[in-house]
Amino acid sequence: MSRSTHNPWLHRFAVFTAICTLLLIALGGLVTSHEAGMAVPDWPTTYGYNMFLFPVSQWVGGIFYEHTHRLWASEVGLLTLTLMCLLFGRGARWILRGLGLILIASGLFALWHKQSWIAGAFYGANGAFMFGISFGITHLETSPKWLRRLGSIAFFLVVLQGILGGLRVTQMKDEIGIFHATLAQIFLVLICAIALFTSRWWQSFANSDEALLPNCNLRRFATATTFLILFQLVLGATMRHQHAGLAIPDFPLAYGKIWPATDAASIQAINQNRFIETAKPITQFHIVVHMLHRLSAFVILGCIGFLAFKLRRTPGAQAPLARLALIWLGMICAQFILGIVTVLKNKPADIATAHVVLGAGSLMMGAMISLIANKISVERENRLRHVSPASSVQSASDSEARLAVHK
Amino acid sequence: MEKYVTPAFMKQAKWKKNQLERKEFAFDIFNLSKVCEKFHKIRLAVILPNDIFQNVVKLLNNSMKKQISWIAFLTLTAVLKVSAGDVSGTVTLKGTPPPEKDLPLDAKCGELHKSAAKTRFYVVNDKAQLADVIVAIKGAKGGGSGASATPVVVDQVGCEYVPYVFAIQAGQKIQVHNSDPFMHNVHFMPSDSSKEANKAQMPKSSDLEFGYNKAENFAKFKCDVHPWMFAYFSVFDHPYFAVTGKDGSYKIANVPPGKYTLEFYHRKAAPAASPITKEIEVKDSATTADIVLEVK
Repeated sequence: MSRSTHNPWLHRFAVFTAICTLLLIALGGLVTSHEAGMAVPDWPTTYGYNMFLFPVSQWVGGIFYEHTHRLWASEVGLLTLTLMCLLFGRGARWILRGLGLILIASGLFALWHKQSWIAGAFYGANGAFMFGISFGITHLETSPKWLRRLGSIAFFLVVLQGILGGLRVTQMKDEIGIFHATLAQIFLVLICAIALFTSRWWQSFANSDEALLPNCNLRRFATATTFLILFQLVLGATMRHQHAGLAIPDFPLAYGKIWPATDAASIQAINQNRFIETAKPITQFHIVVHMLHRLSAFVILGCIGFLAFKLRRTPGAQAPLARLALIWLGMICAQFILGIVTVLKNKPADIATAHVVLGAGSLMMGAMISLIANKISVERENRLRHVSPASSVQSASDSEARLAVHK
Repeated sequence: MEKYVTPAFMKQAKWKKNQLERKEFAFDIFNLSKVCEKFHKIRLAVILPNDIFQNVVKLLNNSMKKQISWIAFLTLTAVLKVSAGDVSGTVTLKGTPPPEKDLPLDAKCGELHKSAAKTRFYVVNDKAQLADVIVAIKGAKGGGSGASATPVVVDQVGCEYVPYVFAIQAGQKIQVHNSDPFMHNVHFMPSDSSKEANKAQMPKSSDLEFGYNKAENFAKFKCDVHPWMFAYFSVFDHPYFAVTGKDGSYKIANVPPGKYTLEFYHRKAAPAASPITKEIEVKDSATTADIVLEVK
């Protein structure tokens, strides 16, 4: 029998890390919405300061968004490190204890020299948390190897994310920014997956009636739709990082047409009539990406609508998967509206950021639905494998009876 | 006024090369250039063919301790046969441009403005004269290197770049000054992304210096701290260009006689890809070339 992956505190901590990650994505969205990605030209320092010692009085304009994004990213990095240690169980308590002491000492040093209360609070609070938690995990079991690997990958990704964020600033490459934005979404999915795998529900799911309910033939469809959302997020990140979010300023038509002209003369006319100060002029590539983003949104909406409809019509409409699919559909509808408002209202920063956050949430929801559908499929196959043909008939009739009760 | 080297001058110069020490000759010519720059607003780089000028500079580097030879200066000045013309004119705008929008200044920047700061897509006065139009002679050659030209100073005042549109010669330096009481980042964004630079500039800190050698139209400076802050500049590989002022006027000095095509660039009314052109002929006297741009 496989080792239990459930630990309530581990699960809660993973959920907390996921929420903090979503908040980090929101802060990243604010950075690009305010066109402030390059507001702090150096890295890992901030205007020559250790980033934790950078005076609050200087957090002006775009610096505020970029700097808070960096600080919060550091926090998520430490949370991910702690989560990885927790997945390694009690054996990792010495690492947590050591790191905690170092951070506490750094915090006290910062406060003692009155360098920055932010540095003191950041180092001190995180250090105290890590140090304290190291005493609370003396009985924590080591998680299964595959879960520990996920934790390690998450830590690797968060470090890579930090480096990519820094390189985006120092190398001034939009392409790095696009990759940075995409990897952030994948990282969120990974942390949410860890939270799901460490939940009681996931552990007890195999033995529950719910495992029998949904139509799992849709799992591949759900997975494909999730990848389509990831593709959509890449398109969105490309537009954001190329300053082309308003490459097409009208909706539902595009420059008054179903598909706008992209010849050189038309592009020149578009730029000439564009009275917005932007870092880069609109190009044919921007228009095509923008149109693909719109088309892809329609396809995704259709796919999720179909999925929700099918799950609703299959036995067990109240099963978690069917309910999650409905929520997913609601999220995509809201996302669709936010996208339209972003264009029509000339990309207000708060709306555009909400669009980013909900996009990340939609990807996360799709990934969770896909994982659950896959789990259901695996459990169903396991059950079928362990029952004789005669008993499987009995089992099937039992299942139908359960469904009837459930309905 | 046009100034260039005549055969008589070259003959004289050759004679002097034989008669005088080479280094002295070089130093004299260098000083001549400085005097000319100061009093006659011309540069030796403009007067002398490029290869001779380069040799002069090279020789000069080996003879910095030499004294000014006023005799040589007077002799050379006497033999200089100068002939050049200024091209000037006014750019006016036909049509009504769209109204400028308020800049989304934050509180700190807003405090530095008495009235609402606006975008500057069409800077037009009540006589419809258009500012920020770049005027250049198409395909002009020579005129020496921009490295010796006086740097253009761009200031950051009230979270805006001043000037908003300017032009430089390839190799000419741009000095960016910060007059605001808070920091900016100066993001230099030419089309060649390998030359892109992003530097922090604290208040009261020394000027930042940028340079660019490739001809280009409407490259940018941007501040990401204050995302509405932009400045645009064009780079030419010759010195025959100007930018219209608030009264729409421009003046390109010391253009050698000949027939030319004037190109007018404006960010909206005459973009880089399709400038408005006008044929001109420059003689010894001043040449006037007015033009009307239309709101597109």
